[in-house]
Amino acid sequence: MSPDVKAMTTELIRDAGSLVFLQLGEALRMEGQIEAAKKVARTGMERHPELPEAHDLYARILVSGKEPDRASQIWHELLQSNPRHVGAHKGLGFLSYSHGNLDVSRDHLELALAADPTNQSVIQALRAVRNAAEAVTEEYPSPAQPVPAELPATPSTATGETTSLFAAFGSGDHGILLVDVHGRTLAGGLKTPGGADGSSETAAHLAGVSQEMERTARMLKIGEWRWLVVEATDGNVHLTQPAEDTLLFIVRDRDVPAGRLGLLAESAGAKARAWLDGQRA
Amino acid sequence: MTARLQRALGGVTRVRGVRGALIVAREDGLVVADALMEDIRGNAVAALAASLTRRIGEAARASGVGTPQFLHLEATGGALLAAAAGDEMLVVAVTEVGVNVGLVRLEMFRAAEAVQ
Repeated sequence: MSPDVKAMTTELIRDAGSLVFLQLGEALRMEGQIEAAKKVARTGMERHPELPEAHDLYARILVSGKEPDRASQIWHELLQSNPRHVGAHKGLGFLSYSHGNLDVSRDHLELALAADPTNQSVIQALRAVRNAAEAVTEEYPSPAQPVPAELPATPSTATGETTSLFAAFGSGDHGILLVDVHGRTLAGGLKTPGGADGSSETAAHLAGVSQEMERTARMLKIGEWRWLVVEATDGNVHLTQPAEDTLLFIVRDRDVPAGRLGLLAESAGAKARAWLDGQRA
Repeated sequence: MTARLQRALGGVTRVRGVRGALIVAREDGLVVADALMEDIRGNAVAALAASLTRRIGEAARASGVGTPQFLHLEATGGALLAAAAGDEMLVVAVTEVGVNVGLVRLEMFRAAEAVQ
């Protein structure tokens, strides 16, 4: 038993109503202790039947325990009461993918992304499913990229928005980058399509860009700049200023249209602001 | 050549809300052709657009998205748009708020084809 699991178990024994069961169940699932994880999740569901994350956790454990049909049923029930639940859509997207139902999988993952546009695990899974769909279209026999075998944990309501932001930025994945006006990385990361880390170089090139946009807008008499979108040969970029002296640089594939990128940027910008406020407090 | 470029810019400036359009040398920001309202300083627009495109282009390439083809700077009172016209030129437009950016973009790329 890992120290974390032991500590969470102690906490749950001390306070049977604690929401720590969500983290404990997930930790046990990740350790492969499926029966113990099931027990924790079931008890949690009984105590908190109204908590969607409890049902989502139980469904994830069932998938790990090779009970996909029961998991699918739970996620479908969850969506009836909570149609925008990210974890349920993500889970059903995974199950559909594993059964070869790429269209259904894509639909669920797109709904998950619409509910949480910065969720990196959903973005990665959606990219893999789209690539697989393209491969099938081109009559290749197998998906181009596998979806990760383990379902990533969905941030629970108990962990809150801040943790969700850290998860998105902390992954260091291609790509959201928050930088200061001096070209220093504050959070997030960028990976080039070749897998190289492009964070530092990109951040360095962004030094002074906000002043340049400010100067441009002023001299053209078009007011204050709000955002900038770049469509490039291999991807699209959205640049905005979530807070004073910072820039949020978001990179997505060309198949994410500029309008949708703007929506994503709004959401990511709000999260970045909240995170910055927390850092400065 | 000039007449052809002016015709190409005409398609852009005919879109409602476009205050002016230019063809600009990407490297040094010099005006090659323009169709502007009186209150717009062509030289300034060209220099600023070329400089901004260059700066943003460096960041974009570092991030792995390749070479910028279209840039849209949105501001509270209007927008600056720039479309690549080959490796050497840019088609630049200054617009009012609420312009149909999709249509302007389309006309800018048509103009870019005429330039090449």
